[in-house]
Amino acid sequence: MTDTLLTDGASDEVPPTTRADWQSDQEVRWCPGCGDYSILTALQLLMPELGARREKTVFVSGIGCAARFPYYMNTYGMHSIHGRAPAIATGLALARPDLDVWVVGGDGDMLSIGGNHLIHALRRNIDINILLFNNQIYGLTKGQFSPTSEKGKITKSSPVGSCATPFNPVSVALGAEASFVARTHDMDRHHMQEMFRRSYEHPGTSMVEVYQNCNVFNDGAFETITKKAVRDDMLIPLRHGEPIRFGSEGQFGVARHDGGVELVEVADVGVEGLLVHDETRPDPSTAFALSRLAESPDRPTPIGVFRAVDRGEYAGAMNAQVDEARAARGKGDLHALLHSLPTWTV
Amino acid sequence: MTETSLEPLVTEVDRVIIRFAGDSGDGMQLTGDRFTTASALFGNDLATLPEYPAEIRAPAGTLAGVSSFQVHISDHDILTPGDAPHVLVAMNPAALKSQLDSVLDGGTIIANADTFEERNLAKAGYAHNPLEGDDLAAYRVVQVPMTSLTKEACKDLGVKPRDAERSKNFFALGLLSWMYSRPLEPTIEWIEAKFAGRDLVIAANKAAFSAGHAYGETAELADHRVIVQPAELPSGTYTNISGNTALAWGLVAAGHLSGLRVFLGSYPITPASDILHELSKRKEFDIATFQAEDEIAAVGSALGAAYGGHLGVTTTSGPGVALKAETIGLAVSLELPLVIVNVQRGGPSTGLPTKTEAADLLMALYGRHGESPLPVLAARTPADCFDQAIEASRIAIEHRTPVMLLTDGYLANSSEPWLLPDVDDLEPIPVEFASGFNQVDEDGNEVFWPYLRDEKLARPWAIPGTPDLMHRIGGLEKEDGSGSVSYDSDNHAHMVGIRAERIARIPVPDVEVTGDPDGDLVVVGWGSTWGAIAGAVRRVCGMGHSVAHVHLTHLNPLPANMGEVLRGFEKVLVPEMNLGQLVRLLRDEYLVDARPVSKVSGQPFTAGELQQIILGELGGEDR
Repeated sequence: MTDTLLTDGASDEVPPTTRADWQSDQEVRWCPGCGDYSILTALQLLMPELGARREKTVFVSGIGCAARFPYYMNTYGMHSIHGRAPAIATGLALARPDLDVWVVGGDGDMLSIGGNHLIHALRRNIDINILLFNNQIYGLTKGQFSPTSEKGKITKSSPVGSCATPFNPVSVALGAEASFVARTHDMDRHHMQEMFRRSYEHPGTSMVEVYQNCNVFNDGAFETITKKAVRDDMLIPLRHGEPIRFGSEGQFGVARHDGGVELVEVADVGVEGLLVHDETRPDPSTAFALSRLAESPDRPTPIGVFRAVDRGEYAGAMNAQVDEARAARGKGDLHALLHSLPTWTV
Repeated sequence: MTETSLEPLVTEVDRVIIRFAGDSGDGMQLTGDRFTTASALFGNDLATLPEYPAEIRAPAGTLAGVSSFQVHISDHDILTPGDAPHVLVAMNPAALKSQLDSVLDGGTIIANADTFEERNLAKAGYAHNPLEGDDLAAYRVVQVPMTSLTKEACKDLGVKPRDAERSKNFFALGLLSWMYSRPLEPTIEWIEAKFAGRDLVIAANKAAFSAGHAYGETAELADHRVIVQPAELPSGTYTNISGNTALAWGLVAAGHLSGLRVFLGSYPITPASDILHELSKRKEFDIATFQAEDEIAAVGSALGAAYGGHLGVTTTSGPGVALKAETIGLAVSLELPLVIVNVQRGGPSTGLPTKTEAADLLMALYGRHGESPLPVLAARTPADCFDQAIEASRIAIEHRTPVMLLTDGYLANSSEPWLLPDVDDLEPIPVEFASGFNQVDEDGNEVFWPYLRDEKLARPWAIPGTPDLMHRIGGLEKEDGSGSVSYDSDNHAHMVGIRAERIARIPVPDVEVTGDPDGDLVVVGWGSTWGAIAGAVRRVCGMGHSVAHVHLTHLNPLPANMGEVLRGFEKVLVPEMNLGQLVRLLRDEYLVDARPVSKVSGQPFTAGELQQIILGELGGEDR
């Protein structure tokens, strides 16, 4: 029944769209200066280029500032409840593999109250694109420490400093068997779009961590690495097949060391001594080591695609089981089912 | 109803209640189940009551490890698994000790004598062997060395004695099959199919089964042979069905009737898991089962699938419903179809996972924050779980609302003969997805309003993928009609009212009054108490009293005639497996002096218990 309705009148050719087609009629209500604006713009500008259909696109979110995102996209959308977006998106994506399902949430939504759903979505490899806006603070509840806040963080709920070690979202995702993990930041539209495109194209669950500035409750959290003047020396671009190298003069790089990786000066090891980035390595340990290069985002930090492997998407496997059952036993016959246990006639 | 006692040499009785009891590892559930199937195929009416400990393998030989299965077979229609068993099969001392109190005075105890030795007696807390002396003088005791006879029977098969011992439940089954004239073929066929490829196991089980049967025939049990003739039931084809299986099949049927794919999001929990297991086997019906990471994800995925146009279902027990509450509230706000099944068990907290209770009614009705009404249904018998799964799905789809279906551990695991419906007679469930614009905006443009309501006050089900109907929904309050986020106070009051009104307006069938409608007393029940109440009312009416029975399937909204019916009686008695939940609802809704009758022992009411309570209410006279 679902299939019939949806194929009626839908042609194979995707009609061209513009940014305006992807903008909803809702007034955007983030704080002026919020990093979320630049992410929204980047995605609305990208969607026409992806050749996506608006009616086939769904944004699902939980609760938090980032979770308002679906209201601003002229697509299908659900603003659900705190932490549960990956679970709801999982059901939707399993039911409807024909859709492009995006999940948008913040660090509290995805890594605290919804952490369980995030890691299980990643391990199952459901075909959803998760955008994790990490601003290292609770914004909508007005400034409490989050699971990504640095240890010692002074906030309203930690007046003498937080005692908790933060999550590194990329490390968490890699540990959860993610097949695609990337990191970008809200100051670089081009890089964001490149990561969002890769996320869209990846079969299976993809997670993109976006360093996002909360200018009201945690202003400048990523300034030490993302400001234009320091970016070249503080961000380590990961490019598949290329030696990992950064710095305004290309003078720094990453090399293998003692089972892990370390920052080096190219002058010391030579270009041939640098680690060549391979996002498709089946073993995630190098990607994990890269995610640990910077203990916190105030030191040289890798951005780009850490890992992109194809390991089979869940909905396809699940639906194949249905198809196999039908091939083996025929389409279900309700009468036969009701008579499948021993019966007797009176 | 007359109580039939089992006098020696009586060869024909109208009914018999047998309880198989042993250690959890003794295979008592299987034995009971096979005896039940053979009885069903023989044509008896029957009802069963399985009971087992929460531990998979509680310490062997202890009281905590006892697993039992009661079956009531009869030559006429019966409503419950029976009160006191006529026959107790006790495979060890712990089984005897824990079950003896329930056995009818003068009843028969068949004990596996081999197990009544020092160690097992001590584990059960017996200072001396109860099979010796006068402890059991009130009963007829048949001692059978089942373990050694089983080993003897298997001796030439090449089965190790330890393995042979494990077939002793089939010895017991063979003995009981002889005593109650059960056909043997169904069990032999079953053994061959079940253990196919394991020839030694088949041989041992068949040898034990035959040895048990032969023992009955040749030993001194001649005066124990009894027959319960087939029951005269309405004509048609029957199968023996448990509540969980019936419920799973009802969901399959709902998918068939609506043409929707069923998406079950579930997390394993006792006693609901069998529904997940059953549906996982039925993929050829285009059923997707998703074992989620937790209860919240289970309902979340079902809601996501419902948003995508599938029949979203989640199955669980009370603790799971507590976890799902916030998502169910979201479904109330989103006004999407969703079926939530609560197979109730003893609480609070982990409570009694394997024992029954029905104390989640108020949680079903009110257990969410804010004003979040939803329809609530309760099945009354194992077979009724089939009908109510369809009914819950129908209401969910037609009215775009989450629906809570309540069953309980007793219904889930007990079984009864079910007159199979003709599939062609089941009423289709119409499904209508929104396919085009439904409103014109101020500028004259055609637009889609996700919260524009139909005559049932239901909003359109507009599924992603439908061209032009892109819209956003969420848990924030929205403006009626347009669906835009709205914090307007008048709109919120209006929406709270609409959400209540649209559920209150759902048409539900009137309640029927059974028993004797002309008396002063009505017994009102819901859910699995149906059999015990109906049985008790039948008995007291048979004694010449006038007592009526009203049983609710729809708990929200309540049937329109309920108030009028209740006001026709002076006394309203409400037996429930809780401390009084429906009784509060009735007092609240109808201002009647309804009075609670509670049972919270983890076991269902028996008809006998309720009979005594009703007689007490009538003034104690036993005409």
